[in-house]
Amino acid sequence: MSATSARPSHAAQPSGSAFIVKKALISALVALVLFSLMIGVRTEAGPQGGLIYWTRFGDLAALVGTVFGGSIIVELLRQWWGPVDKDSIVPKPVQSAISFAGRWLAPALLVFAVLVPVIFYDQRYILDLSILVLTYVMLGWGLNVVVGLAGLLDLGYVAFYAVGAYSYALLATNFGLSFWVCLPLAGILAAFWGVLLGFPVLRLRGDYLAIVTLAFGEIIRLVIINWQSLTGGPNGVSGIPRPTMFGIPLDNSDNGLAARLGIEFSPTHRLVFLFYLILAMALLTNWVTIRLRRLPIGRAWEALREDEVACRALGINTTTTKLTAFATGAMFGGFAGAFFATRQGFISPESFTFQESALVLAIVVLGGMGSQLGVALSALAMIGGFELFRGFDQYRMLVFGIAMVLLMIWRPRGLIGHRAPTVYLERNQSISSDLVKEGHG
Amino acid sequence: MSGDPILSVDRLMMRFGGIVAVNELSFSAERRKITALIGPNGAGKTTVFNCITGFYRPSGGAIRLSHDDGRSIQLERLNDFRISKQAKVARTFQNIRLFPGMTALENLMVAQHNALMRASGLTVLGLLGLPSWREAEKRAIDLARAWLDRVGLLDRADDAAGNLPYGDQRRLEIARAMCTEPALLCLDEPAAGLNARESGGLNELLLSIRNEQGTSILLIEHDMSVVMEISDHVVVMDYGVKIAEGTPQAVRDDPKVIAAYLGADEEEAIAVMESGT
Ligand SMILES: Nc1ncnc2c1ncn2[C@@H]1O[C@H](COP(=O)(O)OP(=O)(O)OP(=O)(O)O)[C@@H](O)[C@H]1O
Ligand SMILES: [Mg+2]
Repeated sequence: MSATSARPSHAAQPSGSAFIVKKALISALVALVLFSLMIGVRTEAGPQGGLIYWTRFGDLAALVGTVFGGSIIVELLRQWWGPVDKDSIVPKPVQSAISFAGRWLAPALLVFAVLVPVIFYDQRYILDLSILVLTYVMLGWGLNVVVGLAGLLDLGYVAFYAVGAYSYALLATNFGLSFWVCLPLAGILAAFWGVLLGFPVLRLRGDYLAIVTLAFGEIIRLVIINWQSLTGGPNGVSGIPRPTMFGIPLDNSDNGLAARLGIEFSPTHRLVFLFYLILAMALLTNWVTIRLRRLPIGRAWEALREDEVACRALGINTTTTKLTAFATGAMFGGFAGAFFATRQGFISPESFTFQESALVLAIVVLGGMGSQLGVALSALAMIGGFELFRGFDQYRMLVFGIAMVLLMIWRPRGLIGHRAPTVYLERNQSISSDLVKEGHG
Repeated sequence: MSGDPILSVDRLMMRFGGIVAVNELSFSAERRKITALIGPNGAGKTTVFNCITGFYRPSGGAIRLSHDDGRSIQLERLNDFRISKQAKVARTFQNIRLFPGMTALENLMVAQHNALMRASGLTVLGLLGLPSWREAEKRAIDLARAWLDRVGLLDRADDAAGNLPYGDQRRLEIARAMCTEPALLCLDEPAAGLNARESGGLNELLLSIRNEQGTSILLIEHDMSVVMEISDHVVVMDYGVKIAEGTPQAVRDDPKVIAAYLGADEEEAIAVMESGT
C-alpha cells in the first residue's frame, strides 16, 4: 500500500564518513579505468606511419585524484544542503517566496523582455542572443506540454522543429507563400507528424518511449538528408524569404519599411522585428499552455502523468489524450521551426541533430517539469549562461557541466519543482515536488 | 432474488495461462442494492472486478449491464475507458489510485472529464473562454464541492491528494468515482486499513449513496462487520467459483462458507463467525 509505506527518512540514509570514502573510492576506480586509456596512454601516428605512444601518468593521477576529492565534496555538499523539498508540505517561507516570485518575477521578466530592444538597440550581439534565448524558451514551453504535463519522455522533439523549418522553407521557396500563410501550415504539418509519431508509441512507456522518439528524430533527419530532390539533402535550402511586416519588407529597397517611414535604413530594424516576433510567438505558446492546463484536456494530461490506470477507470480516452499532447507540443515546435528558418534564411540538416533535442529536454528538466516560469529561467540560464562562460575558453564546457551538476544536487526536481494547482476553493497553495509524479513514459 | 438486476454475470471465465482465476462464475447484482463479493485471499474477486470494468478481457462468458431506461450493454465487448464513459460503471482500487500530485478538488474535476470535455466544445470554446464554458466549469466545481462535503473533506479540498491520511484517501477515491455519476459503483476493499470509527463512517456513506443517489453498489470486502451491516446480498467465491450466495445471515451460517474460510485463514473464519454473535 503506497500511502502507508514510510518514506525513507533522512536518518536512514547512509551518511557516515566510511560511506563517503567508499563512494569516492568507487568513483576514483571508475575514473582510473576510463581515463587510463583516454589520458594515461596517448597514441599518434608517427612520421613513418608507425604508431608512436607516450604515457602521461602524472595527468592521470591528477585527474583520478580530482575525481576522488570531487566525489567527497559533492557528497558533503549533498548532505549539507540535504535534499530540498524533503517535507511533503511546502514550508511557509518557501510558499510565500514562491507566490511572491510567481506574482512579481514573471511580470518583471516580461517587462524586461519587452524593453530589451530599447535598452540594447546598439548591441547587435545581445539582440541576436536574446532572439536565440527566446527561441529556446518557446521550444522549452512546447516540449513542456509533452514531458512536463503529460509525462511522456520525448527525445526526438527536434523532429518537429525540423518539420516546421522545412515546411516554411519549401513552401516559401517553391510556391512563394508568405511567412504569415506558412506559419500556421508549418504548425499543422508538425502537429500531423506529432500524431504520426504518437500512434506507434502509444503502448510504450518509459525507456522504450524515449528510445523510439529518439529514433524518430533521427529518421526525420535522415529523410531530410537523403530526399535530395525535395530538401536539397545535406546542402540544405537557401534563399528562404525574410519575414515581412504584414507585406512591408524590412530591407533598404524603395518600398521597404525604412523608406516608407522616411527614416534611415538599418539592419537592426529587422533584428528588432524578429525579436518581437519570437517574443509574441513564445508568449502565445505560454498563454495557450496556461489556458489548456485549466481545461479538461490539460487536467487529463496531468492526470495521465500521475496515474494512467486511474484515468482509464474514470472514462478518459488515454489514446486521444496522449495524441493531443504530442500534437500540441509538436505544433509549437513547428512554429518555432518556421521562425528559425525565416531568421536564418538558410537551413540544413545539421541544425536538427539529437544534440538539439537533448538541449531542449535539459531546459525542461532543469527548469522543473511542468513549470512555465522555471522553463523560461532555465532557457535563459542555459543559452545565456553558455555565452557567459565564453571567457573560460576551453574550460567552458567543464564549468557549465559542473554548474549543472551542482544545480541538480541542490534542486533535484529542477529550478521550480513545485506544482501550482489549476483550480482551488480557498487556498491556492503549491504542491510539493515529491508528491508530483514524473510520468512513466 | 427478485428479477431486476443491474448487472448479470453469466458463466464468466478468466484464465491466465494455466491458472483459472475465475471459473464459470454466475451472479447478479440488484438495482439500487448493495451486493457484496467475498471470499478468501486469492479467490478471484479482484479479477472479477477487472473483467467487469474492462481491465481484463474475459476468456469466456457474458457480463450484461441493464440501465434504468432499459438500455442494456454487454460489458465484455466494451473495453477500457468506454466502460466508465458509456456504461457508467465506476470503480475504486484495492491499492488506492488517486492522482497524488493533484489536489483533492482537482481529482474530482478530472473525474468529470467527459462532461467537461463536451462543455468545452472539445477545448475550442474553453480556450476562448466563452460564458457557456465558464458556467459548466462552475457547475463542475459545485458538484466536486458537494462530494467533498459528503465525504467530509471540504476543508482539505486544496491539499494534495497524496498528502491526505489513508482513510481520507479511501473516501476521496469513492467521491472521485461518484463524480463520474455512475449507475454501478464497484468498490474493491473500501474498508481495508480503516479503523473502527472510520469504517462506521464508510458504512453510512455507502448506505447514503445507495439511498440518495440510487446507485447500485458492488463491493469486495474482507471486513465482515461492513459486509454484514450494509449488504443486501452476498456472493461468496473460493478458487474462482461461487460457493454460496444469499442474505448476509444465510451466508454467515452456511457450512461451506465457514469451511472455505477455515481452509484459507483461521482468523478470517473466526471473524465471519463472530460477526454473527
Ligand atoms: N494478471 C494476472 N496474471 C496472472 N495471474 C493473475 C493475474 N491477476 C490475478 N491472478 C491470479 O488470479 C488469482 C485471483 O487473484 P485476485 O487478485 O482476483 O484475488 P482476490 O480474491 O482479489 O484476492 P485478495 O483478497 O488477496 O485481493 C490469484 O491466484 C492471482 O495470482
Ligand atoms: Mg483483491
